[in-house]
Amino acid sequence: MRALARLVVAVAVVMTATPAAAQLNLEGYWNPIYDEDWLERIPGPDVGDYAGLPITDAARRRAESWDASLLTLPEHQCKPHPSTYGFRGVGQLRMWEERDPLSQQLVKINTHIQWQEQHREIWMDGRPHPSEFEPHTWQGFSTGRFEGDVLVVETTHLKAGWMRRNGLPLSDEATMVERFYRYGDVLTHVVMITDPVYLSEPLVRTNGFMALENGFMEPYPCRPADEVPRALGDVPHHLPGANPYLAEYAEKHGLPIEAAMGGAQTSLPDFMGTLPSLPRRDAAQASELPEGVR
Amino acid sequence: MTAPTRRLGLLALVAAAGVLATVTGLAQQPNFDDVEVQAFHVQESVYMLVGAGGNVTVQVGDDGVLVVDTQFAEMADKLLATIDDLSGGAPLRYVVNTHVHGDHVGGNARFRAAGNAVVAGNVAFEIGGNAGALILAHENVQLRMAQPGPGEIAAPSAALPTDTFFDAQDEVYFNGEAVELLHQAAAHTDGDVLVYFRRSDVVSAGDLYNTTGYPFIDMARGGTIEGIVDGLNAIIQITIPRDKQEGGTMVIPGHGRLSDEADVVEYRDMVTIIRDRVRAMVEAGLSLDEVLAAAPTSDYDGRYGRDEREPARFVEAVYRTLGGQ
Repeated sequence: MRALARLVVAVAVVMTATPAAAQLNLEGYWNPIYDEDWLERIPGPDVGDYAGLPITDAARRRAESWDASLLTLPEHQCKPHPSTYGFRGVGQLRMWEERDPLSQQLVKINTHIQWQEQHREIWMDGRPHPSEFEPHTWQGFSTGRFEGDVLVVETTHLKAGWMRRNGLPLSDEATMVERFYRYGDVLTHVVMITDPVYLSEPLVRTNGFMALENGFMEPYPCRPADEVPRALGDVPHHLPGANPYLAEYAEKHGLPIEAAMGGAQTSLPDFMGTLPSLPRRDAAQASELPEGVR
Repeated sequence: MTAPTRRLGLLALVAAAGVLATVTGLAQQPNFDDVEVQAFHVQESVYMLVGAGGNVTVQVGDDGVLVVDTQFAEMADKLLATIDDLSGGAPLRYVVNTHVHGDHVGGNARFRAAGNAVVAGNVAFEIGGNAGALILAHENVQLRMAQPGPGEIAAPSAALPTDTFFDAQDEVYFNGEAVELLHQAAAHTDGDVLVYFRRSDVVSAGDLYNTTGYPFIDMARGGTIEGIVDGLNAIIQITIPRDKQEGGTMVIPGHGRLSDEADVVEYRDMVTIIRDRVRAMVEAGLSLDEVLAAAPTSDYDGRYGRDEREPARFVEAVYRTLGGQ
């Protein structure tokens, strides 16, 4: 009789307890929801469009010298997006857990994005981040924890990457905190990136995903090829003041160049009030850039 | 300042002290008492040791131990103890010097004495059975250590390289792998070598590549910007990433964190872009002051030029070695 009582208690405990590390199930395939971000996320942003981003002057200057031909170099062709950008890119997302088979403790959550096989391990077992002398990777070193129904992930050890696909850089000192929220079939991914070199304030973004019932993922191999004959060591870039494309975005949309060139002030609502007082760009001004932009 | 940043700041200070110290240790050096040696397994037979001064590369195996660079003399005993732990007490046979600076060759004499090369019987008889470790380097390293510049003191003979070469390449087969010493002419100095461990697939780059700051171009010892760029491209020619431009051949920098090809590419791109900017201004006839005023490194200073003097020092070296007057 006492054995039966113990069994009943044990079953009751199992039935009612909610393991702290199993409050949010993110497993499965997720399809990106692009909505108003599709222009940036699919065809890609225009050169010279840094509006609303809290970039430093150094980031703007690097972007102004960036030449898309850089991506034709074999050593640049197979780079995946770093995890600071990957959820912003295209392609399905797959997430799955790995648990210790004996204890059922959650060891890690894997994320895998199809384009260039961006595979990340989010360690959930409390391990520390590596030494500063360990290698940096495209996906970085990630550790996670649950805060209620939210998965919180912290990432360090990232390779130097980019915040947009138009030359705006992130340094290898950037770090990232993410929060994953699930509302039924909708996954909301909130990212906060900090970079002491190229961001004056943290960069916050959200990305939406929809659960995909019958998802699958094709492989994405990449092998570099000679695309343009070049001398060894040639690195395509624009010399300062010599990039002819910087004002195209502002001209195309009739924007003040000050808005297109970004900076923390352009990310605040107050900046909208200043727009009417700023001169608009048009094609006639194509050869002139303000002093601070050169 | 975060803890890692403070740590990197200390390392940068130590590195700068090493560069300025030359082979004779004339300049003020850091306090070594609190420095601990950290060991990192790179892959296969190769480890990276971090302490004070340049990173040390260690290859261990059945034949014994091969070490690339020896940091400062004051670090030698700590490094040797760590190497002893890694190798299980295997004999130190070879030391390779990537270049002449004091933070890379300062421990040579102590390492040599602690080592034990395999030598011919008649030599062993003459020297009492132990020649010490062999020290391999490009000939210019030996020449600059033995015949230093004005105001410098020659290194003791026990610290000098014992086996030098003057061609483009030297080699040794050790611990089951081919090890290449590839001379990079007129780069960081005039005696730089890349050390390539073929089977382990690791390149020890010396100060041709670092992750902590702009390249130091030691003009007094034959360094040039074009040699630095060529050296970085030589590393990229050797390295092959495993997949998606990551891993594969690993690169141990002279200072800073363990790297792969993508990290070297990022650094090569930065150095090349700055070289091109300065070259355009040299060709346009701008003076050094005008070039400095144009701030050609300003988009990278937050990452590589935290010491406020470093960007100007780098730009001046680029300017002068490109022929700027």
